Amino acid sequence: MQTHNKQKFDRRINNRKTTGVVLNVILIITLVIALTGLIALLAEVLIKGLPWVSKNLIVNYPSRHPEQAGLLAALMGTVWVMACTATISIPIGVGAAVYLEEYAPKNWFTKLIEVNISNLAGVPSIVYGLLGLALFVQILALGRSVLAGALTMSLLILPIIILTSREAIKSIPTTYREAAFALGATRWEVVSNVILPSAFPGILTGTILAMSRAIGESAPMIAISALVYLTFVPSGPMDRFTVLPIQIFNWVSRPQEGFRGIAAGGIVILLAVLFIMNAVAVYLRIKYQRRSNE
Amino acid sequence: MSNQEGVTQGDTNFAIQAIDLNAYYGTFKAVNSVNLSIKRNIVTAFIGPSGCGKSTLLRCFNRMNDLIPNFEAKGTVLFENANIYGPTVDSTEIRYRVGMVFQKPNPFPKSIYENVAFGLKINGYKGDLEEAVEQSLRKAALWDEVKDRLKKSALELSGGQQQRLCIARALAVEPEVILMDEPASALDPIGTIAIEELIRELVDDVTIVIVTHNMQQAARVSDETAFLMTGEDRAGYLVEFGDTNKMFTDPENQKTEEYITGRFS
Repeated sequence: MQTHNKQKFDRRINNRKTTGVVLNVILIITLVIALTGLIALLAEVLIKGLPWVSKNLIVNYPSRHPEQAGLLAALMGTVWVMACTATISIPIGVGAAVYLEEYAPKNWFTKLIEVNISNLAGVPSIVYGLLGLALFVQILALGRSVLAGALTMSLLILPIIILTSREAIKSIPTTYREAAFALGATRWEVVSNVILPSAFPGILTGTILAMSRAIGESAPMIAISALVYLTFVPSGPMDRFTVLPIQIFNWVSRPQEGFRGIAAGGIVILLAVLFIMNAVAVYLRIKYQRRSNE
Repeated sequence: MSNQEGVTQGDTNFAIQAIDLNAYYGTFKAVNSVNLSIKRNIVTAFIGPSGCGKSTLLRCFNRMNDLIPNFEAKGTVLFENANIYGPTVDSTEIRYRVGMVFQKPNPFPKSIYENVAFGLKINGYKGDLEEAVEQSLRKAALWDEVKDRLKKSALELSGGQQQRLCIARALAVEPEVILMDEPASALDPIGTIAIEELIRELVDDVTIVIVTHNMQQAARVSDETAFLMTGEDRAGYLVEFGDTNKMFTDPENQKTEEYITGRFS
């Protein structure tokens, strides 16, 4: 048997093992490069920014003096815009995804819609900003308000929410649908009782990803608002506003050294908000998964 | 009875009657002119080689195929003397009264209790939900194994237990017929025997139609057997239908005998 094998096969086992080891090392190097960039970025921001993170930074309005400047208006503006964006975009995005996956006939027209939603996800954000300026600020006369900003942000992240929600819905085994239908469920009962609860963690992940993108976007907000020196907190969706990235951008572009530091402090705050959002999402997902499995 | 003899319409001894039933996936014909009558409160087995249309035929009986795009059924399926493919028929009503158990156990990712209660809830059950869940689990011979962990996830059960849970879930809405599409093919021998014993117990109260690849299983559990085969046009047709004992000992059709004895090409 052994001699037979030796004649017929040249297994080159050492070569094959070496290839495996080399590839393994290359993959580790790529990971190290990616992580080093991230860690360096975080370290830089934290070293420069942390000394500036204080109560003043959070509770004060902008000022000519970096020591007294704060980003209360921008922070609250971001909270307002994100809350309104979520309220607008999540129901619409998830609804569109449910329609496309569960209701829409599979024909060339829905295919066309699907392809174009993917294309929309890649459109530069400034284009949405200009669209928002023309449509919401001017034609619909919403002014440079929180609502106009949130609607623009919603346009920007709707494709992402739709795409990720569709993926989440698609990943629900067909057998669940069959089981529910076989018990006499209507299509809506299948969607609301089986599909959406099962897809919820995936939809949540996608939504948070989309919101994380929106929170860091400055281009569309510059097109709509461009306000940087704001000394009040929005009290309703029709108020004017500014957001964290615009405030940070403004500070970075000032000549004084102190504003660079406070900009880094602002970035720390922005990252903290982002981190809190992601933590809430992870918490909700774990909680929800555990409950649905009980 | 063979398929040439046709079907006596409107006979109350029958739970389901297929009359000149043809099924298509787009332009592909999967089932060719099937005539057969399923008697009440017995087990009827569909056997035949892969791709002979037996699952398609089974899924015509609760309009499950409606969910597949491009599917079309032509012909008549009588259930309670009404054509379930009639223009005014609501398919959810049919599926509520003709239950189904699938090849792979497919409990919802919910608790054991919620799985059984699902059909009761959506169909507006007015009685005591907990009592109904217990009764269904007892009928499915699962109660003693799960009574202490009804709130636990159904996905923690073994494959065989999951399949009995699916049977309990189907039984809960008190269907008149239960269709089983190879219900034991994903189970180990012990799970398979449990399902087969359960089928024999349930048949006193409900009509059961079972598709199986396993001829021994058909011989063990069924009272009547239908043998389907693929014709030259690749559409499945009914070769022979009748008493299971007779079919397995003295089949009328040469092809049936070849298939049953394993001399099938």
